Amino acid sequence: MRFPTAHAPYLAPVNSVNRIMLEVLVALIPGLAALVWQFGPGVLVQCMIALLAAQLGEAAMLSLRRRPIAPALRDYSAALTAVLLAVSLPPLAPWWLTAFGALFAIVIGKHLYGGLGYNPFNPAMVGYAVLLISFPQHMTAWLPPKELSGSALSFADAWNAIFTRTLPSDMTFDALTMATPLDTIKTQLGLNRLLDEIQAGGLFAGIGGRGWQWVNFGFLLGGLWMLKRGIIGWQIPVGFLGALFGISLIFFLIDPAVYPTPLFQCFSGAAMLGAFFIATDPVTASTTPRGRLIYGASIGLLVFVIRSWGGYPDGVAFAVLLLNLAAPTIDHYTRPRVYGHPK
Amino acid sequence: MIDFSKYQKIVRDGLWHNNQAFVALLGLCPLLAVSNSVINSLGLGLATTMALIFSNVIVSLIRNHVATEIRLPVFVLIIASNVTVIELLMNAFFHDLHKILGIFIPLIVTNCAIIGRAEAFASKNPVDRALMDGLFVGLGFTFALVMLGALREAIGTGAVLNRADLMFGEIAKNWTLPVFSDYDGFLLAILPPGAFIGLGLLIAVKNLIDARAKTKALGKTAPVQTDSLHKSPMHES
Repeated sequence: MRFPTAHAPYLAPVNSVNRIMLEVLVALIPGLAALVWQFGPGVLVQCMIALLAAQLGEAAMLSLRRRPIAPALRDYSAALTAVLLAVSLPPLAPWWLTAFGALFAIVIGKHLYGGLGYNPFNPAMVGYAVLLISFPQHMTAWLPPKELSGSALSFADAWNAIFTRTLPSDMTFDALTMATPLDTIKTQLGLNRLLDEIQAGGLFAGIGGRGWQWVNFGFLLGGLWMLKRGIIGWQIPVGFLGALFGISLIFFLIDPAVYPTPLFQCFSGAAMLGAFFIATDPVTASTTPRGRLIYGASIGLLVFVIRSWGGYPDGVAFAVLLLNLAAPTIDHYTRPRVYGHPK
Repeated sequence: MIDFSKYQKIVRDGLWHNNQAFVALLGLCPLLAVSNSVINSLGLGLATTMALIFSNVIVSLIRNHVATEIRLPVFVLIIASNVTVIELLMNAFFHDLHKILGIFIPLIVTNCAIIGRAEAFASKNPVDRALMDGLFVGLGFTFALVMLGALREAIGTGAVLNRADLMFGEIAKNWTLPVFSDYDGFLLAILPPGAFIGLGLLIAVKNLIDARAKTKALGKTAPVQTDSLHKSPMHES
């Protein structure tokens, strides 16, 4: 319930769940556009499937919990979860994978904990982590970016691939899919090759790998717009990217044959998406200004640790989930001093 | 023939109302760790039941001869000896199952359900009641384990009773029951998170059944309109 107050010294608050979620969705457009440009319209189909599944899950859970359904469906919070999950998935993932991930995120990640505002973990990342752990063969089947393959699937082809697992007759899934830059680095380093040789491949050009850098630029652009609009604070993205850049720089200077450049780390994988859209979720992140810096920086450090020495090529989801767990403790120790109270 | 009516409360508490896994939430470590298939669950559940029966009977037999100050070390000693015997027996007769369950069989010693029953029940009750309590608390624990095991195995692999031969010998080789056909498998259910989520859901189902039974009983004894109980004037405005 809001009481718009119009008298002189007050400004009516314009923030609402609706407006914030909608603006975050708008801010996702550049990154989404880059994804569609580089990886084809399958991304849009994934968004549609995830949106439908998330809204259905939301409605079903609300009716089970005997809560009003219509306002929650109109506040875009489930929609945002769905889109964040959909942009993290491989563009040609089978439809049931996306639908299951979105349902898991909403039903178990969000509503079993009490719904919007009560979930301790970022629902989209819960869904992503569950899918990554349970269906690794589908979750690693990324497509080559358009910069490399020169062509992208048409909408109808992508639709068929997602819903019926059929491709145009001259293609197969094994031939079509390709490891991401981070994945390539991880497996090739495991084969004792040096970074120079690995990065001589066609996938690595520019700063973040072909295709992937544009996606990251897109999310960076959307993120900067959100910063300007005051939807997110600067602490988490700066902490995240600063820590990721800093620790990558240290290790790059120590051994450039094994550790990629800090710029590559910041513009590859889910770095920008994570820094601006996922780590900044107001429900699950730390809330104090100092706490947010610590929270963001810890995620950045963990992302580097998982990418360099962990079992997975990228670690944004796991890092965010771990720090979600730590956020209440961080808040406890970084509570701002109340004016007039002793330290 | 034994008169079972005097054990009714023990049976009901052990199996349902005070189920060690679903209500008391004891023994969760082995419960969560080995419940990834029906056979593993059944193996550990029956081993725990045996340990419960023997420790309850022995504790009950010596209950009047142990000084209260040292009762806990004595109980632990009894339980540890029992579990050692059970472990050696399993190693001899169910060798393959013993290899799969591994450390969790010796760890039955640390299952708080067992020392909990010894302290709360066996040390205060005659042998026959302690025996029945051990048996039904154990069966209740086994029931919980098998339910969780079946849930995780069915969702995780699409079939239950895989490798039943570990426990029932050669004839059980093809007891595997397919639940879903053409199923890819859902790895999360078999991994540790599946145990936590599965146990949570099972406890929720148990609470739901209890709540339903309660409203039904309420409706029988008092013909009050149950609607008016749920409706508060706040919601009307």
